[in-house]
Amino acid sequence: MTARVAVLLFPGSNCEQDVLHAFGCLGVRAEYVWHHATDLGGFDAVVLPGGFSYGDSLRTGAIAAFSPVMGAVRAFAAEGGPVLGICNGFQILCEAGLLPGALRWNAGLKFICRPVDLRVETAATPFTRGAEVGQVLRIPINHFQGNYYGPPELLAELIATDRVAFRYCDNPNGSEGAIAGVISAGRNVLGMMPHPERAVDPSVGGTDGAVILTSLLDSLVAPAGPGSARQ
Amino acid sequence: MPKEGIADPQGQTIERALPSLGFPAMHEVRVGKRIELVVDAADSAAAEASVKAACTRFLANPVIEDFSVQVVPGAGGEVPA
Repeated sequence: MTARVAVLLFPGSNCEQDVLHAFGCLGVRAEYVWHHATDLGGFDAVVLPGGFSYGDSLRTGAIAAFSPVMGAVRAFAAEGGPVLGICNGFQILCEAGLLPGALRWNAGLKFICRPVDLRVETAATPFTRGAEVGQVLRIPINHFQGNYYGPPELLAELIATDRVAFRYCDNPNGSEGAIAGVISAGRNVLGMMPHPERAVDPSVGGTDGAVILTSLLDSLVAPAGPGSARQ
Repeated sequence: MPKEGIADPQGQTIERALPSLGFPAMHEVRVGKRIELVVDAADSAAAEASVKAACTRFLANPVIEDFSVQVVPGAGGEVPA
């Protein structure tokens, strides 16, 4: 089986080539899908790449969340299809209500662009099943608004339901609970601020991100057992 | 405006800068945004209702922001249709 991976393009996306290249390193030719598309039929996975959709006007991801393609993403996710939002993609998924919480300005109002250490908090997702809980991944961040916020009751729910995917080891941006990535209740939508696609090709920045994309591709071929969202 | 009790990085950064600029007595700085727009509506109540709906769905993020709506007539009174 050859996996078909859609990489959504919004006006102002700028990490789509990184995502395409990373999947290429793993032997999969991902495909761009313009934000006017209304159907994601035929695709096995969907990636919302990083960037500055709509110039971050109003709030990061706020306008892209109303793109026509987001209706298709909603339907795709509702059927259990895996959706990965990276950086601005995470912000869009939060604004669209597909993931809970919000991303605020970084504490200290600094744009941060550097590799950080992430701790894998759960392996019970299609994106982390090849990793081990407690494993530390070195993956770059590149954002101004990655300071995760959820009200206390949401944070408690995320912990109780094993939906914190990653935490920062040194919390560079002030996120509540040092949260770097969260998974949906259906466990098939992951949002994360760090850029795993920039840590796949060994010639640029290490390969710690490969476990996330490889896990995703493996999950398409051999879905996990009971409890997995997509059979 | 950022909701009460939610850390506001912009406000905190400004607050830290104020004393060194000679304003040591200013505290609890919070930074929000103001959006001005023109509404085609039958009356002020209708305008306010539609803007509130837009705030709830789009203009504000209810997870981290509160909003209030103020309706003012245009420079020449009600804007003609």
